[in-house]
Amino acid sequence: MKQTVDVVINGEHKPITPGVTLLELLAELELDPRTVVVEHNRRIVRRPALAEVTVAAGDAIELVHFVGGG
Amino acid sequence: MTTAVETLRDAPLTIGGRTFQSRLMVGTGKYPDMDTMVRAIDTSGAEAVTVAVRRVNLDRSKETSVLHFLDPKRFFLLANTAGCYTAADAVRYARLAREAGFNDFVKLEVIGDEETLLPDVQGLLEAAKILVQEGFKVLAYTNEDLVTALRLEDAGCAAVMPLASPIGSGLGLLNPLSVRTIKRRLHVPVIVDAGVGTASDACVTMEQGVDGILMNTAIAAAQDPVAMAHAMRLATIAGRTAYLAGRMPRREVAMPSSPTQGMLD
Repeated sequence: MKQTVDVVINGEHKPITPGVTLLELLAELELDPRTVVVEHNRRIVRRPALAEVTVAAGDAIELVHFVGGG
Repeated sequence: MTTAVETLRDAPLTIGGRTFQSRLMVGTGKYPDMDTMVRAIDTSGAEAVTVAVRRVNLDRSKETSVLHFLDPKRFFLLANTAGCYTAADAVRYARLAREAGFNDFVKLEVIGDEETLLPDVQGLLEAAKILVQEGFKVLAYTNEDLVTALRLEDAGCAAVMPLASPIGSGLGLLNPLSVRTIKRRLHVPVIVDAGVGTASDACVTMEQGVDGILMNTAIAAAQDPVAMAHAMRLATIAGRTAYLAGRMPRREVAMPSSPTQGMLD
């Protein structure tokens, strides 16, 4: 069985492959890195750095974008 | 802005070094559907549109990104911090918005009360100072209090945005004197944000001499949002033009418009 670790993405617990980078995580979620902003443990990770940051168990990740608003 | 009157020369609206062709700015929320939103915004003639920062929907069945429908090359995206109740939250949202990579403008909202959605001016000032320090062009949504507006200008805000009436209320401009006073005393642009309900509200607001107006619900929640967007475009221009034209003085007694001479015996 594939080993996974638990992270919190947008408030939801998700099992993910240990050691993946944020860029790989976005690919797994089928999200285009150009259209989302990533916050990793309360720190914004700029797009060029997404491939350099690996995700660990217990991490909190927020993926945001622009929606309709006033 | 074109007023269609040759004698009236109006300088374009410039905020934080960015020039806008329209004095009407519109929100992108609460439309019945995205197609109506796109057509209404197009009809409004607005160049700046506000957007909110929210979590991506992880199940990809629903496309919620507003950028899927509005071309960011054509519209100036003004991100807001709507829904934030503390300075810290507003700063967090503003930083995320800037990272989207479009501009360093933010429509700063720090809300202090759930029922009225009135701003928490203490939190607002605190957040404004931090964001200005970080290089943001801050457009601060505030109430119609002159002293707060002056403090926001002192803090380095690029524009101050007093409300006409509470967000989404459609009550129109409740305090024209206060808004006029803010406009008279500030040097940065004053954009009235929130509370207009129909075209006459927009017109009366612009007649106060403010630099612009921002609205969302008045268009989005109209029975025909596209037609209301058209009305708002005209009302904004009408109000601005009337302000530039200079209204006649008010008087409490009548004065005949027809000659009093030449009457028959």
